[in-house]
Amino acid sequence: MAKRLKETDVVMLGVGLVGSILGRELTKAGLEVVGLERGEPRYTVPDFQGPAMHDELRYSIRKSLMMDAAKETYTFRNSAAETALPMRRIQGFLPGAGLGGSAVHWNGQTYRFHDADFRMRTLATERYGKDFLGPEYTFQDWGVSYADLEPYYDRFEYLLGVSGKAGNVQGKKIPGGNVLEEPRSRGYPTRPMKEPYGSAMFRKAAEGLGYHPFTQPSSNLSEPYTNPEGMTLNTCMFCGYCERYGCEHFAKASPQTVVLPVLLKDPKFKLRTQCQVQRINLDSSGRNATGVTYIDGQGREFEQPAKLVVVGLFALNNVRMLLLSKIGAPYDPASGEGVVGRNYSYQTTSGVNVFYDENTNINPFMRSGASGTLIADFVSDNFDHAKLGFLGGGYIGEVMSHGRPIEFHPTPPGTPSWGSEWKKAVVRHYNHTATVSTHGSSISTRYNYLDLDPTYKDAWGQPLMRMTFDFPENDIKLSAFITERAAEIAKAMGGKQIAASPRKRPYNSTQYQSTHNTGGTIMGLERSTSVLNRYCQSWDVPNVFVIGASCYPQNASYNPTGTVGALAYWAADAIVGKYIRSPGPLMS
Amino acid sequence: MQDESPPSDPGRRRLFKAVGAAGVATALPMLPAQARQQAAPAQAYIFLNPAEAAFVEAAVERLIPGDEAGPGAKDAGVPSYIDRQLGGAWGAGDRLYRSGPWEPGAPTQGYQLPFTPAELFRNAIRAVNQKHPGFAKLMPKEQDAVLDALHNGKEDLGGVPSNLFFESLLGVTVEGFFADPVYGGNKDMAPWKMIGFPGAYADFYEYVDKHNVAYTAPPMSLAQDANGRIHVHVELKRK
Repeated sequence: MAKRLKETDVVMLGVGLVGSILGRELTKAGLEVVGLERGEPRYTVPDFQGPAMHDELRYSIRKSLMMDAAKETYTFRNSAAETALPMRRIQGFLPGAGLGGSAVHWNGQTYRFHDADFRMRTLATERYGKDFLGPEYTFQDWGVSYADLEPYYDRFEYLLGVSGKAGNVQGKKIPGGNVLEEPRSRGYPTRPMKEPYGSAMFRKAAEGLGYHPFTQPSSNLSEPYTNPEGMTLNTCMFCGYCERYGCEHFAKASPQTVVLPVLLKDPKFKLRTQCQVQRINLDSSGRNATGVTYIDGQGREFEQPAKLVVVGLFALNNVRMLLLSKIGAPYDPASGEGVVGRNYSYQTTSGVNVFYDENTNINPFMRSGASGTLIADFVSDNFDHAKLGFLGGGYIGEVMSHGRPIEFHPTPPGTPSWGSEWKKAVVRHYNHTATVSTHGSSISTRYNYLDLDPTYKDAWGQPLMRMTFDFPENDIKLSAFITERAAEIAKAMGGKQIAASPRKRPYNSTQYQSTHNTGGTIMGLERSTSVLNRYCQSWDVPNVFVIGASCYPQNASYNPTGTVGALAYWAADAIVGKYIRSPGPLMS
Repeated sequence: MQDESPPSDPGRRRLFKAVGAAGVATALPMLPAQARQQAAPAQAYIFLNPAEAAFVEAAVERLIPGDEAGPGAKDAGVPSYIDRQLGGAWGAGDRLYRSGPWEPGAPTQGYQLPFTPAELFRNAIRAVNQKHPGFAKLMPKEQDAVLDALHNGKEDLGGVPSNLFFESLLGVTVEGFFADPVYGGNKDMAPWKMIGFPGAYADFYEYVDKHNVAYTAPPMSLAQDANGRIHVHVELKRK
């Protein structure tokens, strides 16, 4: 029998990036907030400190900072015709668990999406006609434009202290920055990061081909910075232990370094860790949430009543929470009806290795998670798709983040996978190989979706979430095109040999590609095709807000975290400015 | 002798030679494979029985053989790494979802056997040792042929398809070769020295934009210095 606790104004599900920002904004507005986090409390000191943090086996391979698959995981299949089976080890992507969530172990690549991403259906139809892609593609508008979100991107970037060089400030193009970006109200808070050797060779090659290279915007900082919350970050040391690790140097923006310490001092915020939320509770009308039920570390069940429920879990878990709570109609791929779980999308990545002679020292270990140089010439709708037969785009860049040798030991094609020849090739090429990456969008289709698994359960007896996904034809074409462009740049980088690997089907859940799982609780203007309205508020249960990459109707070319942060401030503004004054649907 | 002690200030220690305008790096000799073959006591294993240990020692040395560049997996301590991993939490199925039902599934769905890693290795090695008694005493070429057959076949090894066992063995071999030496492999950090990886060392701020430098500092282990010297922050250094 659940013990009923005292009602709070807001219960926050997950205390990661979204939970920390919403917690801060809502307590500032005078609300009492209870934050429920499934994992452990953890802080830069002592939990992320060296030398123990620089342990590739523990953090990269055994994934100590990630969700524990022994307790909960996802099931997966490539198509609805197959039986989904559990991901018994988490390999394909990296959901964080613990205070700060995935924003502890991220790389810090911090971007803004384009208006062509937010208004994809409208703008692609205007430019290419309404039948450019087949009816199986379900991409749609977000219900917000770039102009709507610009002030919130700005706030988020100044919270993190992002290092970069603007290329378009209020319409004024600035050479050396990303001149193809949407206009921003002001420049980045800190200067661009230093440029590693491979990135410099990429820049020269890309310039030679007429492209517009720029330094990657990074939330690993180029210089000390004090943010509006009064938190001070340090300079990144290029230690090469970034993604999959916490930052010991206070140099990577994470909830712990930008906002959490301030939030945790506020008596209006109560953090409870090791609390596994089972469901959001609804009243008998099904139109109003009354709070949540959770189980603590001792196995005790509690009911936390709340006037407002904010869901800020890892994207996939946002979807699962709504399904477990029966909020919104689950998506049915046979009929195309229902919305929760609809438009699951991912990220379409590929790589080109450039193998150099032994006099060229790439020093792949001298890297930051978000250092590097890239081009946006093929991002989003920055190029004409009319003759290409696909929509979407991607960036191409030398954005290597580490040289940790269990994960990184490139060998040329044809090298055996073991034995004497393998070892010789690893020794020969380890320090003499640069990787050019492509990072492409992922379009939504009616066949890729999320629902509850009928068979497998988590450690608390709740159904696991089931993922049905394979790369759509559109994205295979995109990857072929963009990987060819990447290979042309790679060839101009002065190596002896290149090896390109465009993305191919089937999607393989055992190969790490990206943690950019998006969709499933998508936002929009029509309740028949979205779970949330444009303020990330549930159409069905207006006192539930859901924030994260699960809100994306399809995924865009750039890394998604900048947009998660912008949506967090956007939704917080809607709650504080509109919802609190008059609780109820913000759109009809 | 190679200086094994960590420098307190890499800048002063001239760890790098900057490259001139010609762009040709000064070639620096690879660190000699430190075959410090001291008379070591017989290897003590906590998990592997003698027959299993004999197979593992012989097999990993074929997966990563010793050569002029440096030691192979056996001399780098990989059998000891594998032993400790199988005898520890990972071997017992830590962070592995273990509820049924169990179905073979597609390769894209990943590992679907009911075995913990410890059970998987034990079952498979028992079967390999039955089919190929004396594997450790075969000629290297013959050992390679056995490993090739495991790699490319799906023969049932006590419930484990041979290709899956081979991939698992190769996986832990590469891990043990390159993981920090605190885990029992990567002896003397020779595998790191072979490729030029600095290990746990953490500060390249002053060097990242000095392009094409040849890095020559010895690598550092987690165990080497817990007193902050691996991790001196640039702002602290400037003070």
